[in-house]
Amino acid sequence: MKRFRRHGHETQRDRLKQELYQFNKTVEHGFPHQPSALGYSPSLQLLAIGTRSGAIKLYGAPGVEFMGLHDENAAVTQVHFMPHQVELVTLLDDNSLHMWTLRGHKGLSELLEIGRFTLTGPPGAPPSVTRVTSVLAHSSGELLLLGTEGGHVFIVEVPGFRELEERNISLDQVANSVPEDYIGRRNLEHVESLQENPVNPNQVVLGYGRGLMVIWDLEKQCAMQHIPATQQLESVWWTEDGEYIISSHSDGSYCRWMVGGEDMNDDEEKSDIPYGHFPCKAISKIVQLPTEGGPPFLLFSGGMPRASYGDRHCITVIHGKTHVALDFTSRIIDFFAIRDGPQFSEDPSALVVLVEEELVVIDLQTEGWPVIQTPYLIPLHSSAITCSHHISAIPLKLWERIIAAGAMQYTHYSKKPWPITGGQNLAPDPPQRDLLLTGHEDGIVNFWDASGVCLYPMYKLSTAGVFHTDSDLNDNMNQGTEGEWPPFRKVGCFDPYSDDPRLGIQKIHLCKYSGYLTVAGTAGQILVLELNDEAAEQTVEAKVVDLLQGQEGFRWKGHTRLDVREEPVLFPAGFQPFALVQCQPPAVVTALTLHSEWKLVAFGTSHGFGLYDYQQRNNVLIKCTLNPTDQVALEGPLSRVKSIKKSLRQSFRRIRRSRVSLRKHHVNNAAKLHEANARLEAELAEMELAPVQRKIEARSSDDSFTGLVRTLYFADTFLTDSSHNTPSLWAGTNGGCVFAYMLRLPPAEHRAEEPVTAHQAKEIQLMHRAPVVGIVVLDGHGAPLPEPLEVAHDLARSPDMHGSHHLLVISEEQFKVFTLPKVSAKMKLKLTAIDGSRVRRVGVAWFGSSRTEDYGESGLVVLTNQGDLHIVSLPHIKMQVHYPCIRREDVSGIASCVFTKYGQGFYLISPSEFERFSLSTRYLVEPRCLVDAPRQSFNQHRPPSFGASSPQRSTSESEDAEVLQEIQKSLEGEQTSFLENNVKNAVA
Amino acid sequence: MSRPQSRIGIKLHQHVIEVKSKFEAEYRRFALKRNSHGGFQEFYHLLQSLHLIPGVEVLLGYADIHGDLLPINNDDNFHKAVSSANPLLRIIITKKEDEPEVFGTNSLQRRKKGLGLTGLRTATIGSTHSRHKPSLLIGQPQDFRQISSIIDVDILPESHRRVRLHKHGTHKPLGFYIRDGVSVRVTPQGVEKVPGVFISRLVRGGLAETTGLLGVNDEILEVNGIDVVGKSLDQVTDMMVANSHNLIVTVKPSNQRNNVTHRVTKSSGSVGSAGSSGSARDSPSPAAQSNPITASNSIAEGDSEDEEDDCDLIMENDSLLTHQVINSNLRDSHDLRPLPQSISLPNSMAASMISNHNGNSEESLREDGNIISL
Repeated sequence: MKRFRRHGHETQRDRLKQELYQFNKTVEHGFPHQPSALGYSPSLQLLAIGTRSGAIKLYGAPGVEFMGLHDENAAVTQVHFMPHQVELVTLLDDNSLHMWTLRGHKGLSELLEIGRFTLTGPPGAPPSVTRVTSVLAHSSGELLLLGTEGGHVFIVEVPGFRELEERNISLDQVANSVPEDYIGRRNLEHVESLQENPVNPNQVVLGYGRGLMVIWDLEKQCAMQHIPATQQLESVWWTEDGEYIISSHSDGSYCRWMVGGEDMNDDEEKSDIPYGHFPCKAISKIVQLPTEGGPPFLLFSGGMPRASYGDRHCITVIHGKTHVALDFTSRIIDFFAIRDGPQFSEDPSALVVLVEEELVVIDLQTEGWPVIQTPYLIPLHSSAITCSHHISAIPLKLWERIIAAGAMQYTHYSKKPWPITGGQNLAPDPPQRDLLLTGHEDGIVNFWDASGVCLYPMYKLSTAGVFHTDSDLNDNMNQGTEGEWPPFRKVGCFDPYSDDPRLGIQKIHLCKYSGYLTVAGTAGQILVLELNDEAAEQTVEAKVVDLLQGQEGFRWKGHTRLDVREEPVLFPAGFQPFALVQCQPPAVVTALTLHSEWKLVAFGTSHGFGLYDYQQRNNVLIKCTLNPTDQVALEGPLSRVKSIKKSLRQSFRRIRRSRVSLRKHHVNNAAKLHEANARLEAELAEMELAPVQRKIEARSSDDSFTGLVRTLYFADTFLTDSSHNTPSLWAGTNGGCVFAYMLRLPPAEHRAEEPVTAHQAKEIQLMHRAPVVGIVVLDGHGAPLPEPLEVAHDLARSPDMHGSHHLLVISEEQFKVFTLPKVSAKMKLKLTAIDGSRVRRVGVAWFGSSRTEDYGESGLVVLTNQGDLHIVSLPHIKMQVHYPCIRREDVSGIASCVFTKYGQGFYLISPSEFERFSLSTRYLVEPRCLVDAPRQSFNQHRPPSFGASSPQRSTSESEDAEVLQEIQKSLEGEQTSFLENNVKNAVA
Repeated sequence: MSRPQSRIGIKLHQHVIEVKSKFEAEYRRFALKRNSHGGFQEFYHLLQSLHLIPGVEVLLGYADIHGDLLPINNDDNFHKAVSSANPLLRIIITKKEDEPEVFGTNSLQRRKKGLGLTGLRTATIGSTHSRHKPSLLIGQPQDFRQISSIIDVDILPESHRRVRLHKHGTHKPLGFYIRDGVSVRVTPQGVEKVPGVFISRLVRGGLAETTGLLGVNDEILEVNGIDVVGKSLDQVTDMMVANSHNLIVTVKPSNQRNNVTHRVTKSSGSVGSAGSSGSARDSPSPAAQSNPITASNSIAEGDSEDEEDDCDLIMENDSLLTHQVINSNLRDSHDLRPLPQSISLPNSMAASMISNHNGNSEESLREDGNIISL
């Protein structure tokens, strides 16, 4: 009976768990790693990016995102939308074609793969015959033309992928129709480009690698015209009026050919090498777009003089007299232009360029062609991310001030709205304003609006200005010199080269109520900043803190301290530094926290920790946690390399010595000597071939880096007796040691004069000596203490100060609860001893129930070194649920993880992308969007649930658009092959 | 083993056992109800009153079925003694002062021989054991520090060995390395090769080597009762390190010749640790009762002794407010010597361990950790 009841209780708890927790990977923020293909649908207003890992991502209006993954792990080499339809075709590196569609489901669109196809040639034919090199999605929406390496063009009916063999254009058919004198004995090579005549869908131009272009009539199945270009072909463009064909070539030239001219030999109207005289690189893609009553826009990528600028990644835009070579930060994958007007056939409005590390959109209608700020696909890694910090539920006032500060920084961007507007974002407004801060290697802190699906840049803080760096001089070199040819203009923000690694940001802490921010870096620098709405010139005074506290006999061999500017520096509006602490030795800061109510900052390194009063600007406490035998921590990061060298040298010396001694003793005994040598060699071999083995040893106080401070925590709790709560500072080290300090703060009216004091009150040495990664004080109700100022702002219930408080110490191996003020162990939860995983990241989060609005629980969110997420209940520290999240091999992903206060989290899936996940049933940020099919297909295959669930307002709007779309002639032919699978580049 | 005999006892004598106790030259005979008897303490007081020696500290011993003199000093071995009465239970009482004479070499010698016969390595108890001369006094089992034991022989397959290493407060390293390897398993589908974890090296002079219970190439099957199948080398490493204060590894020794075999007919003496005598199936053996961790149930979740081992060192500065002067002195001393704690940690910890073992009843002692008031 008893047992039964208990069982019933458990199922009740299980049901509650289901209401509280669920795991979802919701959205990927940032820029896809290794993009390899770009596609665009003017009718859908959607952009598609394929990646080398086989992912396909679609983006429309901000918040409209879709993602798909090919089962094959092959790179996506081409993406083509079917004109006027919601289907798109991808070509993969393994020569397979895939058909994707956006299907309506429960009022939302989903990206689904609906078919796959691989060309099969005649039996016995070499694989090159069917190797697809170019794809044309025909404007009828029913045909795909596939040009192959063997020179054949296969015609396939879609969406079913039915081969129309009788309509295939074989190489022989083409060769027969070309005059003998041109073709000679030469091979036409592969099909480089396929383009449709914008005014006559029955005509396509087949461009062969060798240079020959043939205009083919699909209906009559015969060649209509030959264009005998002599250079290796790179790309072909058919002008919108259908009168000209523009071809670009591997020697950096482009040619304009008249269509329909009788005399083929005189067709060449114009040939030009824009950056000529000296040998140039290939023009990989060329586009010409007309303007109403003006000269056309000519856009092409590449073509730079090989010797002087062969390493630049450029797209040239020529419009009338304006000629700019846009100089990008990384290799160009592909580009397209967006055109104005309801039919998308008017003046080009924006140029969208996908380069390897970012997406750049250039406003072609505003003077000076400024860049349009992208609302998504931001390169998070413009400088490598070194740390991140998330703050949930930002007060509106701070939010607005940060936005205002950011607006002043982003003045050089175009005022135009984002030009890609496909789909509707149906996601509800985010429940709160969330901020994600990323610290970067170059000393920059980026503020991101992480409330919704789009991770939008809000503000950028640079800490480098406080210090003297080498980069100061280099800035001028980036300014383009006047009259330079080609007329370069740098665009893009990807800049991975840090001038001084010491500037790197390691820890960030922002108080959302007071606007105080503290950031700490690689060279032991801790800056305290406050938000100022106006620019101000000020001197930042540095305070050096000696964490060694007189320990002698050790030498820091790492980097030096940063050199602080002594003259006043002008800081723009936003966060302005007003206090600086520099640790000595200048080791990387490993823990940092700020208490804005007490106006204190605590910081820790591998040598110890300190407490800084930023109101009075002096140090309150310095504690050295160093183990005197720990040489590694003392000497700094460089010495480790040295010690390896040293140990190698020593081992060689030992070998040599033993050889010498062997000779001495057994010089007469050749056999023995031989034997000894053999043994030595065996030993050496064993040393080299020894399998991976792990030492099993209890941790001891002599281990390296036991003094490294891992976590710091401020708490107002019962430290010395159970009737008076006092401010306290807690510190946890790598060696499993917890220090507690009682702080005495002067009364508010004397806060500026009387000193703050700190007395050591407790020290706990965990027997298992695992690194302490988190400290939390739980109040009388077992709830974690609120953040500073949270209660003052009425945003949290004031903690229960009557019951007894508890101390929760989280080590890498265990969770342990102690009573306060008398510290004695109350309960614990072992993790490592049971399943061998270790705590890597931990956070306190609040989980709301999905069923009852007013029920919620606090819990610990834990990420282990196995990449699993666990939720541990508070205050009873019981395992609730666990989910596999990150591959255990993905060490950087695990290290980059941050948790929000409401059960979500972020981790880096590549240097440039955050994956967002949610453990909560209530707080879930994921894309919910709908893409309306263009009218043509809309009428034919209308999904049953589609009309009913889509909002009325948007339907009528989109129908207007569809009417217009119906009569448009689109630019579908834009997506030609790109650089990547270009065979000839290597030859030329 | 002892089980059949106890059954017979029950059959013949229903509920009563005969007790004959001897103190110096005096005998007492009395009957004891098999089921109604209380614990050791009760029995101890009963004997004291029967022999009219209240207040005299004595040691109790009984002669087991093999004629070995075994101690009675807690509930478990008392019950064992009662259950093995056949039908007579012989009790020998000695004064605590002259304990070595009676509890002397004789019986222990015999037991040692027994150990040798079972084929178990005598190295279990360490080299000190084998070196001593017959005349040498042997202390009580509790005077020795157990460093290792083989446990759960009765529930494990013969080819496996569950070894417990006691780290205690020693500075001796555990001293072994593990590696990945390939293990061969017999499955219904035939012989299968699966990845496994093996001992790759023993450090000379380390705990693992001195016990002799672990060897190079032994396959590790479990760590503190948890199967390591599917776990990576790093996970197994972390599990072992996390359990290093009380490590129980189940291995499949590469050398299968020294396995402990189950002897049903012949009563095997001790199978491992110094204090154990007999590995009875249902009655807890002395080894088991001195170490509550036996197997399955206790390993998975931390038990009381584990807690004891796992005590954290806590230093408090409690009287900070009340004794300002003293504490300011203390604080000064902190300031003067920047690293007093971390330097003194190992020593103070060892000291606390000792005090814990001696059962020092200071008010600072807590069941789950030591608190040293500053």
